[in-house]
Amino acid sequence: MKYVDEFRRQDLAKKVSRAIHNEVDRGRRYNLMEFCGGHTHAIFRYGVQDLMPDNVRFVHGPGCPVCVLPVGRIDNAIQLAQQHDVILCTYGDMLRVPGSGRKSLLKIKAEGADVRMVYSTQDALKIARDNPGREVVFFAIGFETTTPPTAVAIRQAQAEGLKNFSVFCNHVLTPAAIQNILESPEVREIGSVLIDGFFGPSHVSSVIGSQPYEFFAEEFQRPVVIAGFEPLDVMQSALMLIRQLNEGRHDVENEYTRVVSRDGNRKAKALVAEVFELRRSFEWRGLGLVPYSALRIKSAYAGFDTEKRFDVPAIQASDVKGCECPSILRGVKKPTDCKLFGTVCTPENPMGSCMVSSEGACAAYWTYGRFRDQATAREASA
Amino acid sequence: MSVKAKRFPQRLNIRSGTIDMTHGSGGRAMAQLIEELFVTHFDNDLLRQANDQAAFDVPAGRLVMSTDGHVISPLFFPGGDIGSLSVHGTLNDVAMAGARPLYLSSGFILEEGFPLADLERIVISMAAAAKRAGVPVVTGDTKVVERGKGDGVFITTTGVGIVPKGVNISGDRARPGDAILVSGSIGDHGVAIMSSRENLTFETTIESDSAALHKLVASMVEAVPDIHCLRDPTRGGLATTLNELALQSGVGMQLTEDAIPVRPAVSAACELLGLDPLYIANEGKLICICAPADAQRLLAVMRADPLGAEAAIIGEVIEDAHGFVRMQTGFGGSRVVDWLTGEQLPRIC
Repeated sequence: MKYVDEFRRQDLAKKVSRAIHNEVDRGRRYNLMEFCGGHTHAIFRYGVQDLMPDNVRFVHGPGCPVCVLPVGRIDNAIQLAQQHDVILCTYGDMLRVPGSGRKSLLKIKAEGADVRMVYSTQDALKIARDNPGREVVFFAIGFETTTPPTAVAIRQAQAEGLKNFSVFCNHVLTPAAIQNILESPEVREIGSVLIDGFFGPSHVSSVIGSQPYEFFAEEFQRPVVIAGFEPLDVMQSALMLIRQLNEGRHDVENEYTRVVSRDGNRKAKALVAEVFELRRSFEWRGLGLVPYSALRIKSAYAGFDTEKRFDVPAIQASDVKGCECPSILRGVKKPTDCKLFGTVCTPENPMGSCMVSSEGACAAYWTYGRFRDQATAREASA
Repeated sequence: MSVKAKRFPQRLNIRSGTIDMTHGSGGRAMAQLIEELFVTHFDNDLLRQANDQAAFDVPAGRLVMSTDGHVISPLFFPGGDIGSLSVHGTLNDVAMAGARPLYLSSGFILEEGFPLADLERIVISMAAAAKRAGVPVVTGDTKVVERGKGDGVFITTTGVGIVPKGVNISGDRARPGDAILVSGSIGDHGVAIMSSRENLTFETTIESDSAALHKLVASMVEAVPDIHCLRDPTRGGLATTLNELALQSGVGMQLTEDAIPVRPAVSAACELLGLDPLYIANEGKLICICAPADAQRLLAVMRADPLGAEAAIIGEVIEDAHGFVRMQTGFGGSRVVDWLTGEQLPRIC
């Protein structure tokens, strides 16, 4: 497949691997956080770690849209489907995320709630057109990548005069979350989380561009390399980060030049700005309340805002006891540090969100990387 | 037949008629449906005896029996339909014991309002598949459920077959060192189904690989009677089937990603939809595990058959207390190939 296979070539991977081995300073460690779950997934699916020197460590970040949604918002969605009898449409991964009381959208669907998996906002609009007598709610989640399609759907619904369609908006913003991690005490003062540099998001950056990262690269003196989601992109970007660190630089560099520009997608940004505005603060699983880190629908489009059309209370709900998702999302702990990992929490029966999505660190560890920990455990006990 | 035909003054209106509750009531309407549709197309001596069961002599040896329910949506898809699928699915399950299939039975659950024209199309396809396979449908059952209580048609088929002497194929016989073979490209069926679903429209020329594998199996068993395991990687795909075998045999497996055949169009479709071909269903492929010394001979026999033309050795069985299926990725790293979690696609067979 063109534009994909080239970025998975083993001969090129070996070359970059050699270059990285030559570049690293054996006397130090490199802790590189990949913000996006897409990178986490690629690292595990292709076994990228095997091609890296031992002193380069990937720290998994919170960039998995399913993982960071707090339990309360999932409870809201469950309530909408159960108590307001709406047709609740959402992306596939959301269905299995556990809310309070181990309920999930998949479970309430089995009990009779009308929950439908869609591949795009266009599918949700079609459902609304086909069911004029029912309220259709699109449970919108995701970072800057999925926000423009939601904006398009809202504008389209308005143009068509659709009266039964609304959006339960949970769109969040990447730069605010990265800043929050860098400002956290674990990183700043305590130093329990070592982050030397960042792999910048790929799809998100195609929309927002590389410019928004410039502030915190400077402010927090950490290099950022915007990286594509293919395994070769990850390796090339690792090489670029290691070079910057060796040279004492902290610039924003762009490895994903085939898609990302400094300004991003102006049209998409304009669309988002027209339909959405900043929330003063929003709760993230793992990070807590993060100021100006999420979007809500502007009052001009209030008719399509689920939170205006229905009673959507703020629900304070906590994670399952013992679930380490919050610490894992901040890079403080590894999935294998969690007592629930692989014992009661598995992809079939997830206790926390990180075990649900393929972009979640726990699911990636479990699905692709388990044998590594077995090997490590054996080495440790030997 | 001509005497019986007079029992029904008017023939079934196949062109525009639909199934109604009387077609499952046990009365004359049901008898007419059976006679004019099922007996006409499945036509064989045992079925024409019009008993509630088929009685036949069984050759000496081990008898194999398997059953498979088919609930696929959509009913008609590129490369097949629920009719041919219901024949192939059960024949393959019987064949995976190394058996020669002898007879099939079929149970139809029809939904009130289902067009007779569609039913005829399905029955004709099923009859053609059975004829091609040389395995007759010798007995069956028809039930009708109220509108909204089914999804058009569900078909359950059961097959019986005989295992040749000296053949002992079982999922618990994989041993470290054994070779793992697959009979051709993976993921074709699942992607064909996906592409024909109305809410997932994208252009693809991929057809389902739905096919009966018993003739391929017969030539494999003839060449190497001591095949250790055979299994068709249907739901859950290659990955899940290999995990089943690893668990059953108490072994691990080591695969080479580059050796696993995947059509470019299938990998492109999977790329778009965020799916992994390793987990996509197949309906005309088999996995074979055999002693390393037999691998090349089996590969040659498989490749000589059109249904195994793209066969490949994809890995080997290893010792592993955890029973992991691991894979050397095309990129040069390694990973676990786990069981399928949740469902990639609903109602694929």
